[in-house]
Amino acid sequence: MSTQQPVLQLQNLVRVHGSGATEVHALRGIDLAVHPGELVAVMGPSGSGKSTLLTIAGGLDMPTSGRVIVENTDITTAGLKELAALRRRSIGYVFQDYNLIPALTAAENVALPRELDGVSARKARVEALAALEEMSLGHLADRFPDEMSGGQQQRVAIARALVGDRRLVLADEPTGALDSETGESVLALLRSRCDAGAAGVLVTHEPRFAAWADRVVFLRDGAIVDQTVRSEADSLLTGQGQGPSWGQVAER
Amino acid sequence: MSIRHGLLALLERGPRYGSQLRTEFESRTGATWPLNVGQVYTTLGRLERDGLVVQQGQDEAGHVLYAITDGGRAELRTWFERPVDRTSPARDELAIKLAMAVGAPGVDIREVIQSQRRHTVKAMQDYTRLKAQALTAVEAGGSRERDDVAWLLVLEQLIFQTEAEARWLDHCEARLIRLSTPAPGTDPAPARTKVPEPAPQGRRI
Repeated sequence: MSTQQPVLQLQNLVRVHGSGATEVHALRGIDLAVHPGELVAVMGPSGSGKSTLLTIAGGLDMPTSGRVIVENTDITTAGLKELAALRRRSIGYVFQDYNLIPALTAAENVALPRELDGVSARKARVEALAALEEMSLGHLADRFPDEMSGGQQQRVAIARALVGDRRLVLADEPTGALDSETGESVLALLRSRCDAGAAGVLVTHEPRFAAWADRVVFLRDGAIVDQTVRSEADSLLTGQGQGPSWGQVAER
Repeated sequence: MSIRHGLLALLERGPRYGSQLRTEFESRTGATWPLNVGQVYTTLGRLERDGLVVQQGQDEAGHVLYAITDGGRAELRTWFERPVDRTSPARDELAIKLAMAVGAPGVDIREVIQSQRRHTVKAMQDYTRLKAQALTAVEAGGSRERDDVAWLLVLEQLIFQTEAEARWLDHCEARLIRLSTPAPGTDPAPARTKVPEPAPQGRRI
């Protein structure tokens, strides 16, 4: 994993809101690298800087200082056009409230980013259907968002985030509006996309969802204070034979 | 943990010998609570003394088989019907540790909480990985399905338990921060628990 170039690198990231007496240090020197195949969960109390980190990683906000490198491009020095292209082609978002366009079907929602990339409508639809099929969501292709459950909409949103060549998915509390069973299935899908080679960053305050990640990073007052790495060996329980590999785990 | 009742439950499905009981117990619970054969035979001895099981011949390989008695079935039924006692909670080292850390000189309670949180979330990561694997096994079906479902239930119990612990740790930290921050407009009360300022720089990772 570490031999590959990271998809996302945050280097000494600082974000200060306001100035003088009202100055707030939202992020204080964050360093983080996310590799292909890796799902990283970011946890921390509210106000610890989780969401700021994610919006800056996705180029929706700029840091006060530090670098954000997505697929070898530093988005803090990229031009506006380059940034817009990078956001379209390399970065997928998943929000708490799904953010699907209500007037478009699932397939049209997934095809949209590709059409914006300049891909023909026909090809974009083919790609969208393939993406939905790959995530076992083919049966939802012609449904409108209000004809789908929250969990289905969120899974379609993940398909949209990763359609085409996108390898980076940034998910901000993607399970926030879902019951825990459905939340689990959304996490299982995110997990399987990362196993298939995507890099994911998941912001959550729910430990049981963070537990699906390879690495859990703890944020406190804008700084990374600690992190866990899942064990490679089956260290916790004996008698299980070989340690489970995420790659063998089917999506639910 | 009731090995006694666990063995009775397995024997209700038919006569079995000691090491067979051990294997079946572990495949149901994923070896979360490993048993040794000695414990199994000691327990069988006590169950026999109490009239809940009897020895019933041998199999072809010469293993002594044990069978459940009517008394054993009645005991088992009572066990399933009776809730597990929660009125005298087992001693919890973590709760005791945090209780002792409040106001303890030279102890940064937030560090105590964080180091436990890391450990607990890590355990959840590992349990979750095992759970995903167990789910795959259950969905694939097959002859071991009943054991796989039992193991899945045990794993989920471990996940719920660690989750409750992680939530409780978050709660403790939030409460300590609240208590150490004087309400606006009041004289700062002497803080009983020191919550240190965060380090200005993030740790490199």
